[in-house]
Parts: sequence; C-alpha cells; structure tokens
Amino acid sequence: MKILIVDDFSTMRRIIKNLLRDLGFTNTQEADDGSTALPLLKSSDFDFLVTDWNMPGMTGIELLKAVRADEKLKSLPVLMVTAEAKREQIIEAAQAGVNGYVVKPFTAQALKEKIEKIFERVDA
Amino acid sequence: MTKDAHHESLVSYAKQLVAELESGESHNAMQTIANLHNKRDHMLFQEVGRLTRSLHESIKNFAIDTGNSRVQEEMSRMEDASQRLSFVIEKTEYAAHTTLDKVESIMPVSSLLGDNARTIKAEWDKLMRREMTADEFRKLSKQVDTFLTMAAKDTQVIESNLSDILMAQDFQDITGQVIKRVIQLVKEVEESLVAMVAMAGAVDRITGIRHEDLPDLEQKANHGCEAEGPIISPEKREDVVSGQDDVDALLSSLGF
Repeated sequence: MKILIVDDFSTMRRIIKNLLRDLGFTNTQEADDGSTALPLLKSSDFDFLVTDWNMPGMTGIELLKAVRADEKLKSLPVLMVTAEAKREQIIEAAQAGVNGYVVKPFTAQALKEKIEKIFERVDA
Repeated sequence: MTKDAHHESLVSYAKQLVAELESGESHNAMQTIANLHNKRDHMLFQEVGRLTRSLHESIKNFAIDTGNSRVQEEMSRMEDASQRLSFVIEKTEYAAHTTLDKVESIMPVSSLLGDNARTIKAEWDKLMRREMTADEFRKLSKQVDTFLTMAAKDTQVIESNLSDILMAQDFQDITGQVIKRVIQLVKEVEESLVAMVAMAGAVDRITGIRHEDLPDLEQKANHGCEAEGPIISPEKREDVVSGQDDVDALLSSLGF
C-alpha cells in the first residue's frame, strides 16, 4: 500500500505520516501542493491519496478533479483532510468524487475510521 | 487651533464678507472670499496632517520589547507586521517539528519496552504456574536482569525527550506577545482609517465632490467556491460545518 500525502505544511504532513504509520501504512511519500503531487501520481503507482484543500499553486480540489479526469488515476481513492469547512465545499468535493472528507482539527480515531471505511468500499 | 476656534473665524469672515458686500467694497469682499478659501484649505490640511501623524505614530510605536535581550535583538530587526507574523510561523513550525522529532524518537523506545515486558510476562506466568524447567528459569532470570537495566536506561531517555517536548512549548509566550502587538497595530490602523474615511467624507461634503458608484463587491465575494481556511467561529455561521459529525451527516445525506 503506497500512499501520497499532500499538504503545504510540513508539520501536518508529518502528523499524517505518523498516524498512517501507526495504522500500519509505512510506505508513504509527500508533496507540498497539487502541481507537485500530480506528476508523482502519474509517474508512480500510488494506491491512496490524502490531500489538503487550501494550498498555493494547485489546490486539493483541483488535484481531485485532475485525478478523476485522468484515465490512469480516475479510480484512485482520495481522502481530503482539510480545515475548509463550508457546506458548499464539502458538497463540491463530494460531487468531484472524493472518497472521504476529514475536517481539521481531527483525531487519530477519525482519520482511522475514514481510511478503513474507504478501503472497505474499495475492496467490496 | 481648535475646531471651535476655526468655526468662529469662519463665522467672522462670513460676517465681514456680508458687511463688505452690503457696503459695496467688492475688492475687499474678494479678498475675504480668498481668506475664507484659505481658511477652509488650512483646516483640511491640518486635519489630514493630524491623522497622518497619528497613523505614523501607531506604526512607529509598533515595536516589541521583551525581557530577553537576544529576542529583543532579533525583534529589533523586524520592522513590519508581516515580518513579525512570519516569525510566528517560523517559531510555531520549529516547535511543532521539535515535538514531532521527540515523539518519533520516543515511540520505538516505548514500544520495545512494551514488547519486552510482554515477552517476560508470558515467561513469568509460566513460572507462576510452576511449568518452568531449571534451564528456562536461568534464562528468564537473565532476561529479567537485562530488561530491568534496559527499562532504567530507556525511561531516562523517554523522560529527557518529554522534557524537551515541554520546553518546545515556550514559543507560545513569544508568539503570543508578537500577535498581541499585531492586533494592537491593526486596531490602531483601523481606527485611523475610519477617521480618514470620515475625513474624506467631510472633504467631499465641503467641496461638493461626487464619486461614481463603486463596483459591487458583494458579487465578487460570492463568486465560486473559494478556499477560506480555518473557520474561527463556526457557531456564528450557517454555511459551515462545526465538526466531523456534521461532515459525516452532510455526506450521508448526499448518499455517501
């Protein structure tokens, strides 16, 4: 299981990386915005994408839309972990095909639940 | 000169002007009109000057003083609010990374201690059930001895890391002070700006200047689904969720 973590704040990337490691996911890579993440996703074989929304350059929602529009990446599970909390944003992400949405500040438990739920669905 | 004094001198010029016009001294009357004009300009300049000075003062007063001379030195190099706020980002980022470093170095130590304790406990239970051979007992004794030595050493490592984590929280004091200063400056600038806007309104009224309507800002604000960042007071807003439960409810109402 190879996971890409995209967030413009390195501390948040480390926190997510540590939480994922506790859940048994040790193969992670990091990117600091959508425009650096997208080429990584295209050139490698990631199984899961965890992304923030608000980032300089390419935002998380733009990344999500680009992933869904890409023939090779379109079925990649995407979890959004973000401080963006407007209802219309959550609806937009859902319509764009997000697999899960976690609002910051979040608990380790919340992240774990969402990830497990996503994999249950992907496996089903 | 105070506002009242200005007002009085305007009144006296006006009275003088009426008197001069009535008595046909048109040359003097023109001079009085020019005086009135100068008086008005002078009042405006004075008021604008006063506001500019107070704005300048509030920017100049925006200097930090903390007891720590090293910090003071560091601070004296930072002359504007955005630099100060960048300093807050740096400080908090450094603290977060230090904390994460320490946590990451504690975790394997603590989990190894746990693993070893569980292994020994299993053996110990065997001993308690009198299911242990003499050889196994000798092995267990060695294990216990090694474990106790290791536990004594590792808990020291853990304590020292925890103490570092504790100390890494010292950013709060410094960043709190910096942010308070920035808040104070923002307040002062806002007050000065409000006063300047009022002043500009007064200038418009006196001079009779009319402005074309400004483009509708509301329309721009409502455009699209822009990222907004953390919501500070979700309880005051209808259009935001207040936590993960709200997100889950919204998503499940959308068929997730």
